[in-house]
Amino acid sequence: MHFDAFDRYHEKESFIHHLDPRVKAVVTIVFIVSNALLPDGAWTAFIFAWLFLLLANALSRLGITYTIKRSLIALPFALIAVTILFSMPGEPIASFKLLMWNLTVTDTGFLRFVSILIRSWLSVQLAILLVATTRFPDLIHAFEHLRVPAILTTIIAFLYRYLFVLTDEVLRLLRARESRSAASAGKRSGGGVLWRAKVAGNMAGQLFLRSYERSDRIYNAMLSRGYTGHLYTLNPHEMKPRDYFVTAFAIAIIFIVQIIGRL
Amino acid sequence: MPITHAHTIFPAQKNDDDALCVQVRDLNFSYPDGHMALAGVSIKLCDGDKVALVGPNGAGKSTLMLHLNGILGGHGEVEIKGQRLTRDNLPAIRAMVGLVFQNPDDQLFSPTVFEDVAFGPLHMGLPEDEVRARVDAALEAVRMSSYKDRLSHHLSVGEKKRIAIATVLSMNPSILILDEPSAGLDPRARRTLINLLRELPITMLVSTHDMTLVQELFPRTIVMDEGRVVADGLTSEILEDEKLLTAHGLEKP
Repeated sequence: MHFDAFDRYHEKESFIHHLDPRVKAVVTIVFIVSNALLPDGAWTAFIFAWLFLLLANALSRLGITYTIKRSLIALPFALIAVTILFSMPGEPIASFKLLMWNLTVTDTGFLRFVSILIRSWLSVQLAILLVATTRFPDLIHAFEHLRVPAILTTIIAFLYRYLFVLTDEVLRLLRARESRSAASAGKRSGGGVLWRAKVAGNMAGQLFLRSYERSDRIYNAMLSRGYTGHLYTLNPHEMKPRDYFVTAFAIAIIFIVQIIGRL
Repeated sequence: MPITHAHTIFPAQKNDDDALCVQVRDLNFSYPDGHMALAGVSIKLCDGDKVALVGPNGAGKSTLMLHLNGILGGHGEVEIKGQRLTRDNLPAIRAMVGLVFQNPDDQLFSPTVFEDVAFGPLHMGLPEDEVRARVDAALEAVRMSSYKDRLSHHLSVGEKKRIAIATVLSMNPSILILDEPSAGLDPRARRTLINLLRELPITMLVSTHDMTLVQELFPRTIVMDEGRVVADGLTSEILEDEKLLTAHGLEKP
């Protein structure tokens, strides 16, 4: 049994794949911050930011529409901003009644809502490209070398390693339940909702206990190999002239996008 | 066919203290819930010994192993290479005793194979070149050189086991301690592992339920039950003693 659905890395030989992970991480973060700083309704700037994204997509050789297809996962999160439609003061453009509330959409609210959608849509796409072109361990190293606190990178590294083990564990538990969820002839399978909830609760508890015991064993394995509270890693990356050039180039473009957005 | 080994002298009877690798004297240990896991265990291992540790589940095999590098600390004496295990020399002892846990998913906790094999040497404070050389050598020893950049969770169980052994070989231990290495392996992976263990020129203490493995690989066997050593001798003799085997829930291969 193997669960691999989380790994978004796509093996390819491309310009973007071969960049130093630090460059990719920094450019992605700068891009996201820049998007957040763009004023509402800066349409030209949004288009330029999008072109930048398309260029990155093309250079990664994953296909120009690669990130668009995968960006929809972020939509539900962006919808949290939907209240802005009604809460910004401005000229009303539409009004309707929902249950006991009278809701009025204002023009400024609408403008801001659309801007937020575009910003998050652009930001998510570059983040998707980042994980698709960078192996996760390399990404962790990149953050280590960018001076992200070791405790955070360590937690992320362990999370990444054991996410798969845990999912396998969950799948096994679910399968064990399913294979014993039999029904007598002519009767419905399973008891009432309460009973089902109790079973689910027991399973969650099981999972916690197993994980807890596993963490103990892992810690012992770490101690056995000399762990004393400090994690050491080797840096397998080296910044090449090309990496510096790309960083400078990308940040310059993002800077220009900012200027366009504020004109 | 069992392989015949060239051991003519029963190793533990050699009274040469320089060659002593592991010495455990009167070790007692109870778990916090009061369960007595070890009750006066004494064993001796000499350099170059390959010893099997057998016994039913709950006999105390794993508990004993966890004492040999100080993960657990019971009452009694543990000496590795003539050094008595204390709090102060714990790091040095851990570098000498390579402990491989039963579940390779517990042993391999880093995202990539390279990082896992480099973990031990890095934490011993070795310089980078030396770490890289040791990782290469360890992976070569388990025939997994091409797996250096692989992700641990993409490996099969057999591959994980071999990498798990490499993670301690890279520390150049004086003794290798394996907890049920052949459990859960398919016949081919098991065969590869057996060949690997046979070739490794290092002192070994291996706990297992796999009696065929014991017969093939280990000239000496220690039988444990209920926290005690109940037999310690030549594997060929122990495997012939059916009364002993039945009394401790073991089977002749």
